[in-house]
Amino acid sequence: MIQVKNLTKYYHTLCAVDQINFDIQKGEILGLLGPNGAGKTTTLRMLTGYLQPSSGNIQVKGLSVDTHILEIKKMLGYLPESAPLYHDMLVYDYLNYVAAIREIKGDQKLARIRRLADLCGINEVMHQPIGELSKGYKQRVGLAHAMMNDPEVLVLDEPTSGLDPNQIVEIRKIIKEIGKEKTIILSTHILSEAEATCDRIVIISQGKIVADGSSESLKQSAGGKNIMYLSLQNADFAPLQESLADINGIENISRISETDSVLNIRLAYQSTDDLRPDVYRKIKETDWILLDFHQETQSLENIFRELTKES
Amino acid sequence: MRQVVHIFRKEFSAYFISPIAYIVIAIFLLVTGWFFFATFFLFNQANLRAFYALLPVVFAFVIPATTMRLISEEINVGSDEILLTMPVTFRDVILGKFLASVALVVAMLIPTIAYPLTVSLMGQLDWGPVVGGYLGAIFLGAAFSAVGLFASALTRNQIIAFIIGLAVCFTLTLIDKMLYFLPQSLLGVFAYLGADFHFQNIAKGIIDSRDILYFVSICFVGLYGAYLALLQRH
Repeated sequence: MIQVKNLTKYYHTLCAVDQINFDIQKGEILGLLGPNGAGKTTTLRMLTGYLQPSSGNIQVKGLSVDTHILEIKKMLGYLPESAPLYHDMLVYDYLNYVAAIREIKGDQKLARIRRLADLCGINEVMHQPIGELSKGYKQRVGLAHAMMNDPEVLVLDEPTSGLDPNQIVEIRKIIKEIGKEKTIILSTHILSEAEATCDRIVIISQGKIVADGSSESLKQSAGGKNIMYLSLQNADFAPLQESLADINGIENISRISETDSVLNIRLAYQSTDDLRPDVYRKIKETDWILLDFHQETQSLENIFRELTKES
Repeated sequence: MRQVVHIFRKEFSAYFISPIAYIVIAIFLLVTGWFFFATFFLFNQANLRAFYALLPVVFAFVIPATTMRLISEEINVGSDEILLTMPVTFRDVILGKFLASVALVVAMLIPTIAYPLTVSLMGQLDWGPVVGGYLGAIFLGAAFSAVGLFASALTRNQIIAFIIGLAVCFTLTLIDKMLYFLPQSLLGVFAYLGADFHFQNIAKGIIDSRDILYFVSICFVGLYGAYLALLQRH
């Protein structure tokens, strides 16, 4: 559907996007992750034709942004970061204007606006000036704007920034809903969001792609580091450390906190085997009371932090 | 080309949704009406010459004030990102906004038809120069709109856009009145650059292709400048 080849963008001498390559399949929800200033927005702006690439190329359905930008714009719907809309227009007037530019005619226009208003939940603000809307509603109007032409590719730049948790859930639901038949590219720096909504995640750091894959495959390729958490009553740290150190593979045992008689510890190990039975057996030998025992594989947060660390 | 119409319609109604149009038209009518009729009875002549003498200077102030927001506000708010990622070209955007500004100039001039009507009641009014004057005023307004639009495309700050537009329009208006600084050989060239000079020619009722060509070229240069300024930004 979309091919990005050696895409590069310089702002004067600053290199914002550096030789990135990726393909997006039809029907995929792609999450573009990265720290602030990594080049997410710049990439999306080039994809939507707002900025021209310094070099490299983007093709949408075989059409290049250099030569067929107008046709590509017709296939795309774009919600820029923080939805910069015309403040003095009424929501209805604005959507009407967008529909006119998108060349939706007559009866269809009203039907389309009604449908989008229902989908995005903006019926009650249709006759208010955009400037007076709360951030959440503005974002929804922006989403309605982006979906006006029923686009094949929907590009969303931080669609949930500034929304309250309920609205975030709703917007995610809308994205999932649309994503069933459309191709969606969204940028975010909220990892749980990417994990929850995206089929595939591309992590960008300093203008380069540092990881590309589903959240599962990213976790696996990061080395399978596991962390165990234990809470024990009537235990002491020193003997505990001694007895657990025997287990093969444990790398690190550390104390998180010690209150009254409860000891919280963290075990890190790098192993493909599950070490939980071994740990449990060791603890069973003692008279310590096990209050809590759980394991986490390395979270996306850690992978993200490691990959995007400033060198 | 249909996009030009949509953008024009949106921009033109934006003038009337916000108080801009009402304020600008009111001030324009007050200033021209006052200065025109204050001296009208002293001259005791049934013509609009005093009104047309005033028009370029008033336009030089008023038109940059109406055009200053056209592009710089979009850049400042970031709405240009929304506009330019819809299927429109720079040409559509610039022409749509330019035509909206010209339409506002026309809307501003329509109430002043009361002036020639009043004058015609008091004496024998020659309608030739009146019609020529209005035609010239529209050309002048279009040229200043193009200059203002160019100034607006240069910066995200509306006040800077206004001042640049004002400076250029004012210079174009007054350049043929400052010729005594210049050597004899350059007089012709600089006199030709003056907007007032060409406007007064048309306002006499003589429609000369050279004067029309002058205004059309100013429009073209202004709009092309705005186009380049937008292109540069992307």
